[in-house]
Amino acid sequence: MKVLVPVKRVIDYNVKVRVKADGTGVDLANVKMSMNPFDEIAVEEAIRLREAGKVAEVVVVSIGMKQSDQTLRTALAMGADRAILVVAADDVHQDIEPLAVAKILKAVVDEEKPDLVLAGKQAIDNDMNATGQMLSALLGWSQATFASDIDIDGDHATVTREVDGGLRTIKVKMPTIITVDLRLNEPRYASLPNIMKAKKKPLDQKTAADYGVDVSPRLEIISTGEPDERAAGIKVADVAELVAKLKEAGAV
Amino acid sequence: MAVLLLAEVAGGELSVDATAKTVTAAKALGDVTILCASAGCGGAAEAAAKLDGVVKVLCADDAAYGHDLAEPVADLIVSLAGDYDHILAPATSSAKNVMPRVAALLDVMVMSDVSGVVDGDTFQRPIYAGNAIQTVKSSDNKKVLTIRTTSFDAAGQGGSAAVESIAAVANPGLSEWIEDKVAQSDRPELTSAGVVVSGGRGIGSEDGFQLIEKLADKLGGAVGASRAAVDSGYAPNDWQVGQTGKVVAPDLYIAVGISGAIQHLAGMKDSKIIVAINKDEEAPIFQVADFGLVADLFDAVPALIEEL
Ligand SMILES: Cc1cc2nc3c(=O)[nH]c(=O)nc-3n(C[C@H](O)[C@H](O)[C@H](O)COP(=O)(O)OP(=O)(O)OC[C@H]3O[C@@H](n4cnc5c(N)ncnc54)[C@H](O)[C@@H]3O)c2cc1C
Repeated sequence: MKVLVPVKRVIDYNVKVRVKADGTGVDLANVKMSMNPFDEIAVEEAIRLREAGKVAEVVVVSIGMKQSDQTLRTALAMGADRAILVVAADDVHQDIEPLAVAKILKAVVDEEKPDLVLAGKQAIDNDMNATGQMLSALLGWSQATFASDIDIDGDHATVTREVDGGLRTIKVKMPTIITVDLRLNEPRYASLPNIMKAKKKPLDQKTAADYGVDVSPRLEIISTGEPDERAAGIKVADVAELVAKLKEAGAV
Repeated sequence: MAVLLLAEVAGGELSVDATAKTVTAAKALGDVTILCASAGCGGAAEAAAKLDGVVKVLCADDAAYGHDLAEPVADLIVSLAGDYDHILAPATSSAKNVMPRVAALLDVMVMSDVSGVVDGDTFQRPIYAGNAIQTVKSSDNKKVLTIRTTSFDAAGQGGSAAVESIAAVANPGLSEWIEDKVAQSDRPELTSAGVVVSGGRGIGSEDGFQLIEKLADKLGGAVGASRAAVDSGYAPNDWQVGQTGKVVAPDLYIAVGISGAIQHLAGMKDSKIIVAINKDEEAPIFQVADFGLVADLFDAVPALIEEL
């Protein structure tokens, strides 16, 4: 069985985001970039499936700037076997929309014929939570989103999903697309020897045009602004003062 | 302009709060038709028909729609889409599962977690964990959106829309429901509660969380948690508040033993009054708190329960 894992290069989750003064977007020049944390969980799960003997090959793919090759090398260092880079942007501020990403991924799936796509549930930059579901639609495959437990068994997978009410378990036909949530696993760190080894693993480079996909955005960004600031608060000395303040504010 | 709104139906019942808030966003766009798709959703459809500003309710009562499986629900919505310019749903886990699928089947982009309607093509949504608000204009012929319910007031009651039963469409049969593990609780629902008390890693144990629950019960509130508290097994996953959990905006939010990472703030910083109890006076949570108390939570919370 072959698994395809899409990975996105995004601003590191520890970096404080700054909105550009001219309102054209968020400043991404010279900030630390990393693999989207949910995608790390997807890569980890794919590697664990291979280690458990259920999967023969883990292929990772990234769509974005040329620099996304670094993200792919990270995935290879974690243990993925092979990588595909699809260059579709030449500026870090150009975010390829989930629909276009899904179309490119569909073309990659048509070529690679994986049995399973494991994706992160959401990218922490645009917070869209859409690519996996869109890819599933374009392929006409089953989908299982927000997974916290995955059990692959022959022609189907049993997936426990984190939903608003708690946990929901569904059974989906293979091939399938599963998007992963935080509690699925804890991703490993790449060891130094594995980082060295990853440099020799195959990394194919393509462009969006190679797949005949138009990546023009459907959503025009009119402006990007700061959220409303909260007025500064106060420190209270003790519980009695806290209760008095809450009563004063009519909150209790 | 005509709007189709996928109602949030859980266990055959209408989630009135989430649906009514989405109606408010939808009314600004055109005539609102609500779709209830569930098994035994007649009651939900009747409840939806009473929401103010709803023109029509479609009720697709079929076992295939009983557990929010994305493939059959998406196919149903797509079969109806021809009559509508906008397709909306509250940004719940079930709608986030299905709406991007709908959008891709229609070859349009989805707009997730919309927090503001500028006009029929132009919408606002938070990005980067709410650290920026983007205004986007869609060039698609149909707009598919999920609505951040905390950004809209609920539509009132008093409507009397007609309810029409519609037939199910063919089920692609790609997935089946196995089971739900849903905790029953008498507390208010987290995303619509007037008071939320949340605990973080500082609580230290599942038993310790009883303290948080006690304070919540004293205030008639819901219980929330940080990711760290959920990951540590102190609290169930559906209590997680934040960028990748639930978004809440109660009148009063009390954060106990929570440091205030941006991913947590993303889910609660629009609360009206924020209280933080933390023993570290440098904790970033104090930057958004109206009232901050630097104290050991195991002293402060019992005292607070006592004094209230
Ligand atoms: C992709 C991604 C998504 C995420 N999504 C979310 C999300 O949706 N929601 C979320 O919450 N987090 C999320 N996080 C995690 C987030 O970055 C933080 O790690 C998390 O919020 C920290 O939780 P915490 O504040 O409970 O724990 P900590 O940061 O460990 O803070 C514990 C706090 O408790 C205080 N404390 C300890 N003991 C006591 C005591 N006895 N009395 C008083 N105070 C005490 C400490 O001073 C400290 O400030 C996400 C992270 C990533 C990478």
